[in-house]
Amino acid sequence: MANPTLFQLATTTVGSGGASSVTFSSIPATYTDLVVKASIRTDSASNLTGLITLNGSSSSFSFRQLEGNGASVASYNGTTNATNTENGTGTTASTFSSFEFYFPNYTSANNKSFSIDSVTENNATTAYADLTANLWSNTAAITSIALAPGSTANFAQYSTFYLYGIKNS
Amino acid sequence: MTDTPIAIEVDCSTGIATERPLTADEIAARDAAAAQAEADAKAKAEADAAQAAQLAATNAKLMALGLTQADIDALLKAAKA
Repeated sequence: MANPTLFQLATTTVGSGGASSVTFSSIPATYTDLVVKASIRTDSASNLTGLITLNGSSSSFSFRQLEGNGASVASYNGTTNATNTENGTGTTASTFSSFEFYFPNYTSANNKSFSIDSVTENNATTAYADLTANLWSNTAAITSIALAPGSTANFAQYSTFYLYGIKNS
Repeated sequence: MTDTPIAIEVDCSTGIATERPLTADEIAARDAAAAQAEADAKAKAEADAAQAAQLAATNAKLMALGLTQADIDALLKAAKA
């Protein structure tokens, strides 16, 4: 079996003005899988659920999610482009959520499944751990990935986003 | 944070990150997404509340049968194992 290799394709860090979205565009089709790793905090008072857009599309998404919050567990499903729970300003200062988005076979001619694994960070009883299986019912190769905080919030300064390509050969 | 929403776009073919203000269409789409997110959050909270209420009701039924809270906790622990 070939050894998968991780290549960093792009990075960005949100500046002092905040950002309403972060987009990775012109993603090359030369890899097997894609991974986005992100450290996210928003300027919303509450913890928001993020949003994802692929190739500019926010439709034909569905998901199933498992969530633990420090006191109970729950599962959810939906047909939106929602992602996972993000740190808001109500969480401990200067703490960020850790996200990983994994897109296997992103250039295939099949519908695209992807997963989102995330945790919020908070020096308190309540913090969220989310694991979500997502489906984008679209057969186009993924060429752009956009992430937004949800609501009309902004990503806070020092939120970081990294895009990696994985090659299996 | 500034009043004008800023979008960051990183072109993977060049590695160049560009910051620009949102267009009117993007702001409208953002507002629509916000409304959807609010509805999702509400549905999520309602699902959580319903689950908690069902758990409390089940607990009360078991206690009415004569079980103690320790008995119920032991049953739940065994069921999870």
